[in-house]
Amino acid sequence: MQAPEPDAAHQAAQEAAAARTADFLGRRQEQIAQRWADAALFRTVFTLSRDEAVEAGKAVVDALSTVAASRRLEDITAPGFLPVREQLQRMAASLARTGATAAQIADEVAALRGPVDALLREEFEDPAGDEARQCALALALLMGTLRLVVMETALSSGQELIERQRQQLLEVATPVIQLWESVVAVPLIGTLDSARSQVVMENLLDAIVAQRARYAILDITGVPTVDSLVAQHLMKTVAAARLMGAECLVSGIRPAIAQTIVHLGIDLGTVVTHATLADALAYALRRQGVVVSSGTPGGAGPQ
Amino acid sequence: MNGLPSGSPAQVPVLALGSLLLVTLQGELYDGTAEQLQSDLTERIAHSHVTGVVIDISGVEIVDSFLGRILAEIASSARLLATRTVVAGMRPAVAITLVELGLTLPGLDTALDVERALALLGHGSAPAPSVPAWEDA
Repeated sequence: MQAPEPDAAHQAAQEAAAARTADFLGRRQEQIAQRWADAALFRTVFTLSRDEAVEAGKAVVDALSTVAASRRLEDITAPGFLPVREQLQRMAASLARTGATAAQIADEVAALRGPVDALLREEFEDPAGDEARQCALALALLMGTLRLVVMETALSSGQELIERQRQQLLEVATPVIQLWESVVAVPLIGTLDSARSQVVMENLLDAIVAQRARYAILDITGVPTVDSLVAQHLMKTVAAARLMGAECLVSGIRPAIAQTIVHLGIDLGTVVTHATLADALAYALRRQGVVVSSGTPGGAGPQ
Repeated sequence: MNGLPSGSPAQVPVLALGSLLLVTLQGELYDGTAEQLQSDLTERIAHSHVTGVVIDISGVEIVDSFLGRILAEIASSARLLATRTVVAGMRPAVAITLVELGLTLPGLDTALDVERALALLGHGSAPAPSVPAWEDA
């Protein structure tokens, strides 16, 4: 309101440039989309059909035109971007899958500006004139905003991917396998935290019910470190399995881990431990009266 | 919480199977009912020739610290009367809860289901796991 006269004029010029840019984008939509279809960004995503790339390009130009017409050149939340957001996300995701880094994606989006800029210059008789410069500036702002939108969608799709993988790791990394009739085992691999230990416990107890198991073996050969928390979870799992009428055995404690446990002063006295999974299985079979006749595998002598 | 009038706690039926007693707990168990069960069982054990008690809790969804302690006390007093107690059919969720509460119930015998509990006490079918896989409890 208290803006001085020159600024008001400047703003009016900017708005006029934005309107003109919007008009230009609308008119030359087909031409721009044709040129974009040859740009690296579209070529790597739409490898099968050029028509599809042109269609996608048209949609993006349309969105840019809408945003320019609404005068929100620098607003990445402008409603004009809504129709293409999902498409941009798909494009960014498929680029990311081919191994492109965020910087590469940003570069490819930036490269889209060149062809549009050239077309825009052809519009004016005097490409160095004031109006042409204003329009070029508006276009530059608009393309910068597009770049931000693409980066934002790329990052959010990356975030979703990480979240999904985290969930999958939690579920997949703890398979309960049936080793023998009435014997189930969980080979644990990787670091155990509270959430994972909980999943392991639940899976194992469910498997005891489902397989009618008498023996459950927790194999921690693949667990790099055992701290007091993990030891506590192991003991909880053993106790819960016992409450359900199954015996829980722990196998595969490495020498270094055994030393750590002793150093920490953790008492695993109530837990039946075995050197290897084979030992634990042999114990479970012996207890069930199963006789296995061949020679014992290396290092798995009877206790 | 005692949800029933304290004068008439509902009774839990105790079945006699030869020299065994079978108790099946269902649904929610009020504290008064559990206490009543404890005294009933101890009386029955003392006055009849019982060698084993099976408490089936597969129908119980919530076992709180009180019921956990009652079960442990039943087992302890039964042992004093030369009788073995087996708790059968504890659900995974219940087992986890009890362990989280720190109630590992040492000295209590457990079995996956009533059939296994009977086998454990030397009754019923052979202890060998000859049950088909589809015959789930």
